Amino acid sequence: MNLNELYTELILEHSQSGHNRKHLDHANCSERGHNPSCGDDITLELICDEEGTIKDASFTGSGCAISQASTSIMIDLIKGKSKEEAEKLADIFISMIKKEITDDEELEVLEDAIVFKNISNMPPRVKCAVLSWHTLKEALKNKEKS
Amino acid sequence: MKGFNVEEIRKDFPTLMQKVNGKPLVYLDNAATTHKPISVLNAMQDYYEKFNANPNRGAHFLGVSATELYENARERVRQFINAKSAREIIFTRNATESLNLIAYSYGMKFIDEGNEIVVLISEHHSNIVPWQKIAHMKKAILKYIYLNHEYRLDMEEVQTKITDRTKIVSLAQMSNVLGTIFPVKEIAEYAHSKGAIAIVDGAQSVPHMKVDVQDLNTDFLVFSGHKMLGPMGIGVLYGKKELLEKMPPFLMGGDMIEYVEEQTTTFAELPRKFEAGTPNVEGAVGLKAAIDYIEEIGFENINEQEMELTAYALERLREMPHVKIYGPIDLKDRGGVISFSLEGCHPHDVSTIVDTCGVALRAGHHCAQPLMKYLKAPATSRISFYFYNTKEEVDIFIDSLKRVRKWLGYES
Repeated sequence: MNLNELYTELILEHSQSGHNRKHLDHANCSERGHNPSCGDDITLELICDEEGTIKDASFTGSGCAISQASTSIMIDLIKGKSKEEAEKLADIFISMIKKEITDDEELEVLEDAIVFKNISNMPPRVKCAVLSWHTLKEALKNKEKS
Repeated sequence: MKGFNVEEIRKDFPTLMQKVNGKPLVYLDNAATTHKPISVLNAMQDYYEKFNANPNRGAHFLGVSATELYENARERVRQFINAKSAREIIFTRNATESLNLIAYSYGMKFIDEGNEIVVLISEHHSNIVPWQKIAHMKKAILKYIYLNHEYRLDMEEVQTKITDRTKIVSLAQMSNVLGTIFPVKEIAEYAHSKGAIAIVDGAQSVPHMKVDVQDLNTDFLVFSGHKMLGPMGIGVLYGKKELLEKMPPFLMGGDMIEYVEEQTTTFAELPRKFEAGTPNVEGAVGLKAAIDYIEEIGFENINEQEMELTAYALERLREMPHVKIYGPIDLKDRGGVISFSLEGCHPHDVSTIVDTCGVALRAGHHCAQPLMKYLKAPATSRISFYFYNTKEEVDIFIDSLKRVRKWLGYES
């Protein structure tokens, strides 16, 4: 395993930067996600307008560099997208990690999140990378119901 | 140390001789499981090559031999922990199953509404979750004894928590997170004075120190074979005969019966009453070989080597900036388990980075979430020694740890 592929500048920047790490005062959707076995624990907060556009998103919590960076990069990506688009992106991300989609062109829509592609070669770290994306899917599903 | 040569000993352990990620393996996760010497592997292979039969039934040669081997292993365990009778030794899968057996059998029969079950806050989930279940079912109360700022017990706190309503006191002799060795003999004595029984979880202590059940006067002792050079899937429950006899069976089926009628059954005598189904003879044979190996090395040598490594690792860790140690610094009543955190670095990242240097350590909550909450630590990293570890391995570990913060983007 090459640590350079894992701890890239982009991942380190996002794991340490606080720009998406805050409470949203007027969040109308919130979801907790955690990996009990390693201690990653995040809460994702969203503001969705009536048309179903994600106007703002943020997270709080703690975890390893991979889980925190993946969450922050995901938030940058989904802001301004519709709920359907966000859900589609989460599916693509999870398929990338599962190696179901390997074509870079198809993965282009993930923008910066493509940096996690090599995580699929590190089984113990897969769940760190996918945590926020599963949490997003849960959040959107529960929002639908309410 | 009398006849102790760690380099010679390491040659007995094939797994320790390999490289991982291109580097010699530095295995510091012995509290999770230990590696197996050739003698243990050979004993198990030998059993399958020469004997392999279902014990306790059939009068053919192999069946009789398998029974003999299985019962010899039981007798070996009896000697090892100085039980009065081999009938007090029940083979289980592991310490967890042993604790579940006590909880479901003893707990369900003898715990009533309003009774108290007392454990330490530092217990492994295996010594918490079964008691939660019994407490819920029986409307009993599960109480925790908290630790002081040195990660040790104050007898005052023990005496406050154990009361006349307490029926069970269950605690690990050594914490799998902190390395603290607790005064189980004193606690068992106090529990008895209040009319409670004492259960000692020896999963972390039995592999590393002489544990004498008669000296401790504990009512039950549980431990796992795989944490003491033996195979996975074999564990031990020791219980005082008079208690085991009063307890109903835990698992029902073959081997644990006397007469089975259409609607009723009478149960076998100890220890078979608690060993339903075909037993793990291979595991028992492996455990016996493991005990033979440990006793040949000797607990004096084991302790000396482990304490030297622990002292050295604590010293090197304390020199490092950004490191916080969770557990006693004082070597008295302390084992070779060291939990720590590295400021700004999640343990999972620490583990991944040191792994590239061949170093195996544990990251996470170590199956002790209530303790982690009590310590206000979401997770820690942990190193844990066995007698086959060396000072050079501690040096490799420290060097690898020094790389972690740089990889995670810190200046120093």
